[in-house]
Amino acid sequence: MKYIVSILLSALLAYAVGIYGNLPWWSFVVTNFIIAFAIPIKPAHSFTAGALGVGSLWAGLAFGIDMANNHILSTKVAKVLTIGDSYLLVIFMTVAIGTLLGGLASLTGSFLRNSK
Amino acid sequence: MRLLPFIASAIVTISLVTVLNTQLSIGTTKSPKLGYFLSPQHGFWKNAEKVNTNFDASIIANELKGNVDVYLDDRLVPHIYADNDQDAYFVQGYLHAKFRLWQMDFQTRVASGRLSEIAGPDRLPIDRFFRRLGMVYGAEKTEANINANNPEMKETVDAYTAGVNAFIKQMDPADMPFEFKLMNYAPENWTPKKTYLFLMFMSYDLTGRAATSDLQLTNTRDFLGYDLFDKLYTNNQDSLDPIIPKGTVYQKPSIVPIKPINADSAYLHQSTAVGITNVETPLAPNKNNGSNNWAVAGSKTKSGRPILASDPHLGLNMPSLWYEVQITTPTHSTYGASFPGSPAVIIGFNDSLAWGVTNAGRDVLDFYEIKFKDSTENEYWYNGKWNTAEKRTEVIKVKDSADVVEQIPMTVWGPTMYDAHYQNPQSKGRNLAIQWTAHNTSTGVETFYRLNRAKNYDDYIKATALWTCPGQNFVLATKTGDIAIKQQGSFVARWERQGDFIMPGDDTTYAWQGMIPNEENPTIKNPERGFVSSANQKATDATYPYYLGTATSFPLYRGISVNQHLIGMSNISAEDMQALQTNNDNVFAATARPALMKYLQVDKLSPDAKRMVDEMNNWDLVNSENSKGITVFEIVWDSVTEAVWGDELKGSPTALTSPDDFVLVDQLLKDSNWSVADDISTKGKIENFKDQVTLGVENATKKLLELEKENKLEWALFKATRVMHLTKIPALSRMNLPIGGGKNIINATTEMHGPSWRMVVHLTDDIEAYGLYPGGQSGNPGSTYYDSFIDYWAAGKYYRLLFLAKEKLIQNERTKWHIQFKKSNA
Repeated sequence: MKYIVSILLSALLAYAVGIYGNLPWWSFVVTNFIIAFAIPIKPAHSFTAGALGVGSLWAGLAFGIDMANNHILSTKVAKVLTIGDSYLLVIFMTVAIGTLLGGLASLTGSFLRNSK
Repeated sequence: MRLLPFIASAIVTISLVTVLNTQLSIGTTKSPKLGYFLSPQHGFWKNAEKVNTNFDASIIANELKGNVDVYLDDRLVPHIYADNDQDAYFVQGYLHAKFRLWQMDFQTRVASGRLSEIAGPDRLPIDRFFRRLGMVYGAEKTEANINANNPEMKETVDAYTAGVNAFIKQMDPADMPFEFKLMNYAPENWTPKKTYLFLMFMSYDLTGRAATSDLQLTNTRDFLGYDLFDKLYTNNQDSLDPIIPKGTVYQKPSIVPIKPINADSAYLHQSTAVGITNVETPLAPNKNNGSNNWAVAGSKTKSGRPILASDPHLGLNMPSLWYEVQITTPTHSTYGASFPGSPAVIIGFNDSLAWGVTNAGRDVLDFYEIKFKDSTENEYWYNGKWNTAEKRTEVIKVKDSADVVEQIPMTVWGPTMYDAHYQNPQSKGRNLAIQWTAHNTSTGVETFYRLNRAKNYDDYIKATALWTCPGQNFVLATKTGDIAIKQQGSFVARWERQGDFIMPGDDTTYAWQGMIPNEENPTIKNPERGFVSSANQKATDATYPYYLGTATSFPLYRGISVNQHLIGMSNISAEDMQALQTNNDNVFAATARPALMKYLQVDKLSPDAKRMVDEMNNWDLVNSENSKGITVFEIVWDSVTEAVWGDELKGSPTALTSPDDFVLVDQLLKDSNWSVADDISTKGKIENFKDQVTLGVENATKKLLELEKENKLEWALFKATRVMHLTKIPALSRMNLPIGGGKNIINATTEMHGPSWRMVVHLTDDIEAYGLYPGGQSGNPGSTYYDSFIDYWAAGKYYRLLFLAKEKLIQNERTKWHIQFKKSNA
């Protein structure tokens, strides 16, 4: 239950702090850290909860935007970043960053709680 | 010790955030901050616009005096209906910002030498060039003039500025344009000065070539000697078909410029070259910056009403220089192409008349050589004494590096562009002050503001009389049946060859002796032949009492082609005018090909060369996209010119200007023993045209065989026309467009240059207008409207432009969205 709550909270708060364009893009690192610090689960579980929370949020947003855009911009971005010419690679990179950072942020929060 | 995992994990997390929040160097460019750029709520994803976006909106802006309704049609063209003029310009500024904000920022950064501030020291050469050219200096002078003397234009530009800034203020930072995110900087507020900087950039683009070509011509003269120079760069254009028909009688000139007594020895035959120092890359606007425009009288049209056509040829960029708009207020109603960065419509029509412009090509920029007393550059020699040179300070901010400060000595002529601190390979160590009409106070866009409101020929004459720089050919057609063309600008009354080369800067007799009065500028109204036209050729024949500038500034053949067609046409429709704008006939090749064949020794050619010559001879003289004959002709022609004058130009330490094509054609047609044909590197042998044409064809064949192997002989594949994003990033551009045309062709589409806005206006009661530009109304690469006109443009098609009163527009099936601007919620 705590695990599920962690995932949902992580996604929800990441989305909430992302709405405000004036806050830095990495604000979810702070929210994930706090969630993992506050909800006592194992560090490994914290990691996957944070990773799944932010990763699935970013995946959902990126896929949704990309579909509605007919891949116009993601295809161009793939070429600009010289990673090929497929929108899928750009979505993959996006999701990878969200997942990895989300997980690491939660892991750090969890470790801090465990260190007391 | 359970703190260790925490510390380790924290370090990894923070490091990763830091890396993803840093611009990494990739070669000479920098990546965006990847974490930020890819964040779906902050980065580029926010710019990925829904393909079926609903652009309806309601905007509150307390700067407004009344309410404004904007309707967007299916091409995303806004139709602005405002209660008063200032509100209309406020909304025009708002919409320019909403759809083109990054481009507006970037273009004015280029103009004001502020690229290094966002892109780092790599861009310093460009920034220094524009600072030293006096771009900011000119913009400041115009701004001061308008603020002091022209309340109506001040109000207009202020309202426009407020509109741009209202958008910036309301914009969520996450929604800022894609390129800001890519290059990692943020928009700043608009100012009236930026509008004037943008206009300075247009002056540079259309008259600034002389800043480089005057130096090149001087070095070319120094290298060849004046006599050979005058052969290769002759001012005689035998086949000229001027804007004002030959035989027109001009009134007595009010200024008779006097050539300085020592001009032959101290100027024309002078050679001043000294050593090269401190090398920087020279910039120059495209030589082909030009345009076509014409108007046909009712006597030549099917409807009996005039038709006007205008297509300015400029660099093909995305986002486009142009943005279509309709502006309707109680004082006027106008439609056309506007400049993001400036209020009003620039090329367009209103409910009484239509107008268009082409570049006049007149020389309005000169260099004067300055002698400083010492290395402080505080005093310079002029008029027999030492004079104080005040220093103008220009501070260039550089990203991740220290500021660069330019101290520019100001002289009686203008800023000293080149001195001990700033040189390029062409300036050769000289101290050179620049005198340029763009530095004199201008009236900004007042001419266009007045044309937007003009009702008749007299209004057009009054509006255009205000125009100073860059000199333009203003074409006019009115509903009441008048057609006219006037070459207007602030033009120097020159003696022959004055200012073609660097002039002595200490001698008052080399100064400009006056500006030609407006009423003596070449003008023609309702001529007997039933049309007026211009295509950047010389405005007049040699009987016009003023020197127009060196012939290399005036392309010949497009003008000939336009006039040949118009003379032969009658019963003309708007569709006929569209067909003429996209016409690919090659009148240059029609003259040059037989001239070449006259000398070609076919029996001496290799089999491959014979095959290529057949390809060229079987060509229909039309630059169509799939033609191979034009590719062969182009390469053969280039090889022949190289064979004829390549030897004369060889060995110069600096790049020389190539002589123009017409020079060789004229010689091929009349003189089989032209001395330049001899290859001066072969001792004891005199080559003639027969030798050089045959050699040229053989040399061309080698290149043509390579192209054939690569399957690139077809014209469009060879030419590879593209519309480049302003950053030159191919992924944001449109490459390899299937389009014909080329140099000397009415459809003047070359590699990265061509018709940047095509417009045809039939002056019927309701105004039947067509137009488009190679781009799209949205500057956002993530929008379906980013490049939506390009395929249509390449195919030579046109959109019918919606120019309607508000009630009719609302009901029109092509009207899609409504943006409401209100002063308050009430």
